[in-house]
Amino acid sequence: MSDATAETPRKSSLYRTSDRVKRRNRSEVRFRVLGLTAIGIGVAALALLVISIIGNGYNAFRQTYISIPVELTADRLDPDGNRDADEMSRVTTFGYAPLLAQSLYTYLQDQDISMEGVSPQALMAMISQEAPAQLRRSVLDNPEMVGQTVDLEMLANGRIDGYFKGRVTMASAELDSNVTPAQLQLAQRMADAGIMATRFNWAFITNPDASGQRPEAAGLGVAILGSFYMMLVVLALALPIGVAASIYLEEFAPQNRFTDAIEVNISNLAAVPSIVFGILGLAIFINFAGLPQSAPVVGGLVLTLMTLPTIIIATRASLRAVPPSIRDAALGLGASKMQSVFHHVLPLAMPGILTGTIIGLAQALGETAPLLLIGMVAFVREFPAAPPEGLFDPTSALPVQVYNWTQRADPAFVERASGATIVLLLFLVFMNAMAVILRRRFERRW
Amino acid sequence: MPLLWIVIAVLVLGTIGYVLGRRRAMASAEGDARSLHSLPNYYGLNVLLFAVVPALLVLSVWLLVQPVVIQRQVVNMIPDTAAQSAGELSLVMSDVRRVADGLDRAVELGALSREDARTIRTEFTNVRDRLASIGVALGDEVSSDVLRAAQRYRVLKTTGTIAMDAVVLLLAAIGLGYAYARTHKELRARNVVERAVLSLLILASTIAILTTVGIVLSMIIETRDFFRLYPWQQFFFGTQWIPSFEGGSELGLIPLLWGTIYITFIALVVSVPLGLFSAVYLAEYASSRLRSVAKPMIEILAGIPTIVYGLFALITVGPMLRDYFAQPLGLGTSSASVATAGIVMGIMLIPFVSSLSDDIINAVPQSLRDGSYGLGATKSETVKQVILPAALPGIVGAVLLATSRGIGETMIVVLGAGAAARLSLNPFEAMTTVTVKIVGQLTGDTDFSSPEALVAFALGLTLFAITLGLNVLALFIVRKYREEYE
Amino acid sequence: MNDMRVLERAVDNQDLKIAARDVDVYYGTTHAIKSVNVEILDKTVTAFIGPSGCGKSTFLRCLNRMNDTIDICRVTGDILLDNEDIYDAKVDPVQLRAKVGMVFQKPNPFPKSIYDNVAYGPRIHGLSRNKAELDEIVEKSLRRAALWDEAKDRLDQPGTGLSGGQQQRLCIARAVATGPEVLLMDEPCSALDPIATAQVEELIDELRERFSVVIVTHSMQQAARVSQKTAFFHLGELVEYGDTSQIFTNPQDSRTESYITGRIG
Repeated sequence: MSDATAETPRKSSLYRTSDRVKRRNRSEVRFRVLGLTAIGIGVAALALLVISIIGNGYNAFRQTYISIPVELTADRLDPDGNRDADEMSRVTTFGYAPLLAQSLYTYLQDQDISMEGVSPQALMAMISQEAPAQLRRSVLDNPEMVGQTVDLEMLANGRIDGYFKGRVTMASAELDSNVTPAQLQLAQRMADAGIMATRFNWAFITNPDASGQRPEAAGLGVAILGSFYMMLVVLALALPIGVAASIYLEEFAPQNRFTDAIEVNISNLAAVPSIVFGILGLAIFINFAGLPQSAPVVGGLVLTLMTLPTIIIATRASLRAVPPSIRDAALGLGASKMQSVFHHVLPLAMPGILTGTIIGLAQALGETAPLLLIGMVAFVREFPAAPPEGLFDPTSALPVQVYNWTQRADPAFVERASGATIVLLLFLVFMNAMAVILRRRFERRW
Repeated sequence: MPLLWIVIAVLVLGTIGYVLGRRRAMASAEGDARSLHSLPNYYGLNVLLFAVVPALLVLSVWLLVQPVVIQRQVVNMIPDTAAQSAGELSLVMSDVRRVADGLDRAVELGALSREDARTIRTEFTNVRDRLASIGVALGDEVSSDVLRAAQRYRVLKTTGTIAMDAVVLLLAAIGLGYAYARTHKELRARNVVERAVLSLLILASTIAILTTVGIVLSMIIETRDFFRLYPWQQFFFGTQWIPSFEGGSELGLIPLLWGTIYITFIALVVSVPLGLFSAVYLAEYASSRLRSVAKPMIEILAGIPTIVYGLFALITVGPMLRDYFAQPLGLGTSSASVATAGIVMGIMLIPFVSSLSDDIINAVPQSLRDGSYGLGATKSETVKQVILPAALPGIVGAVLLATSRGIGETMIVVLGAGAAARLSLNPFEAMTTVTVKIVGQLTGDTDFSSPEALVAFALGLTLFAITLGLNVLALFIVRKYREEYE
Repeated sequence: MNDMRVLERAVDNQDLKIAARDVDVYYGTTHAIKSVNVEILDKTVTAFIGPSGCGKSTFLRCLNRMNDTIDICRVTGDILLDNEDIYDAKVDPVQLRAKVGMVFQKPNPFPKSIYDNVAYGPRIHGLSRNKAELDEIVEKSLRRAALWDEAKDRLDQPGTGLSGGQQQRLCIARAVATGPEVLLMDEPCSALDPIATAQVEELIDELRERFSVVIVTHSMQQAARVSQKTAFFHLGELVEYGDTSQIFTNPQDSRTESYITGRIG
């Protein structure tokens, strides 16, 4: 009978832990370990992600350059000899490339560096295809350079660059039709002689994108500017609209069906998949309203609609945190409802609103999927003009640039994509840190 | 940008109105602001509003209506032979617009005179070459119909714009004059201004509704077009996804839906236990120091953009799974796979599950914990038998929200799952999802009237309906649960 | 006041159940309990009274180590249950709490059925070998908590659906079901209406037959009605401890007298 257990108090000593309690304590420990493991896995995943991105991407911030003197022979670059940029522009990059190759060849001979196993064509291939184009641009900007011998820094080919970063090895070069071990050995000799060196790569931040054959020249300039333009549009639209909507819903809206509908809509929009906003942008802003594809203004509009719920939710929370006594005080002095809100409640809620806005902007900055649909995947090399015209020029965006580079064949673009991700994450860390500081600085408890 | 200038002009008029209105109000009160009904600024604002608001409203309506009207007019000029179907017509119309833009550009650059632009004929000039020489590339030879339509388009657009400028400026001036004339110290300017501000606020909050309406309408219209070209039974029940731009595509939803569900399922298998255990540990066991470190760490995962997760899947997780699991087990050779996308998506969803669960677990009243401890229960027994059952509805809501997130996720699956539509159970095989195909069908050069492009809108609508259903259900459950403990 | 009733009730048991020696409790830097010595008898109702914030609840929670769940709380001194120190390193608080049950201020039934609420303790402590035994424990506990007649037809309905007084009796049944030796009650009637209070007080008097009951109350009348021994706490100190009749009729300390006559509190 259960009487024995339930009725008479068991006269067991507290000092002896019963087997059952021991068993229960063991399962307690197991449970704790499971919980700690779960946290551990989460943190480890974060660490792995960060390490993988940084490990793959930090090399994008270094680039290999070949520094040699180049004689800009006048009869090649300016056949008419009048230093007229228009006339000279008829010489294409194909006119410049042999010049560089020739200079490199001569210089190596002068320096007594053996070019064993490397044909002149192969030597030329060690220079980036972008190098002649860059030289041509600077010559056309400064026609008086022609005829002089200038010290030139040229981008090395992506494979050679990869050798110095450990991405390309002698073994992998054996299998690669784009590079030979002999070229790598020569590169090593050139590096030893100080002709070739790897240094910090500002061009990665400032250059525009480059074609699939020229990973070494690809940069984030256009993408960063495009993202910046979009953030401007989002800030200019989402903040005022979001604050206005929140003020209405929090301070003025009567309890009725219309208000309910808005509330339900906002909470649903916050959870609608981002790609759906892309479809909206494509259908409404591009196909219906006829705005240009790839334009920051369209991206900004789409991201504004996506960010609005975040800003509205944050703004309403900080409006709600302002105690009613402040409203009552203002109303008691004869201010209108509108005056009490705009003069007293809104300023007090401002830090919270700004924090929410920054977090919304950070979300928008990282958003990719909708931008793919409105044509921001296009290959854009021209920098957009200054706003407001520039808002209608085609650009790329940081996260889209990452996606773009993942779609290219050359493995060097993995490095670029990871590097771009680092830049993106740095921006996000900066924005979130601002939000945290703002919150700490102005946090108020009533 | 003439549009910008007209807006600026209206705003300048408004500012002038502000100054004038203020001055007149002060004058009517003989310089004594106390005898005014409202503060002097309100009289200025009142005039400003009357000048600016109607003008800008008309401007925006005009901008929406004008293209439609012009289109109607110009379409009539295209002979039926040139464009039989709606698709061809839209192509011809985009040609017309491009030629018209080209002519504009040519006039701007001085390559054509205004007169020439209005009168050149294909019979006498090779328009394509003329335009190409100034950098406007046209795909086809310009037919005379298109050229004439383009010229008419230009004329209509120019006159339309001039008329618009005139009407808008006139309205601004009338508004200014009217409000200025009414300005008097007895006028309840503040009430007028506040009513206007209130309507602005209401307008701002209706944007949420407009967005939803926009989403639904745009997708429904295009989906209707799609179902005209492609039978809906085959879309919803088709098991093959073989798009081909030459026609005869098979566009079945089932394999895409299967990929979506499979990947989301794996993501949930990863994220729900991890997120839930983390939340329980952080809420019930962790010291405040561990909590202050671990909680933000996990929440960082939520702030990482999905493209970064996609890249992580592509360059790290995918190859890792392939080299250590799929190939040794002989299950596949692809680094893009359901498992890759699912695991990475699972990591992305951990903070989602854990922070929602954390809130919910913390909402369970302390008295229940005390009751359980007071009976001699251990912490884990309390968690398993009291807290989790009490929090269950909320947790179910959180999981539903996470599911909806997973189903709508795009970049991770674009980069991690592959593009092959397949009905398979092998998690190491590449499969594809609804979102991947939306991106696939709508990026690149697509003709927006082909079923292959339009299907994306049908996919989008399906996606929207599924996620909306899950969200509404989840919000309903969570709200109900919150009420129980308030 | 019920002075007559108080006098009638003498302590009929002198077995020592719990002895506290020089107990100090600190919350962070706050000294919440100052050197308390008290001896609690078996099969007796002991009341802790005193103004709010005097530490009576804190001390009560020391008796089954509920304060362990609060990080910043520190207890020094000895608390002996049947001559065993409950704060000894060898003692598992889980095992202790099975012996020293607790009922809280606010009724806190779990969001489970009435049956599962009562069966919770026996299940985790493994007090029954089969369903029939468990059924019996549940019935006995509910009977002991004077809830059986009201609840027997709705055992599978949620405990949260009961009225406040019923919920509190359910919590008592739940505590009784683990077969404790001591029952701690932290203001068990403060959230109840007068009728429910009377029912619970009657119940407490019956529970005395089997358990040592310690009750914290802010109502002097309640202490006088249900207890045999009374301890008066003031500012973390145990001012006076003795037979209830003596405390209420002939307090030795002026502070006790002031409290009872309503001058402090």
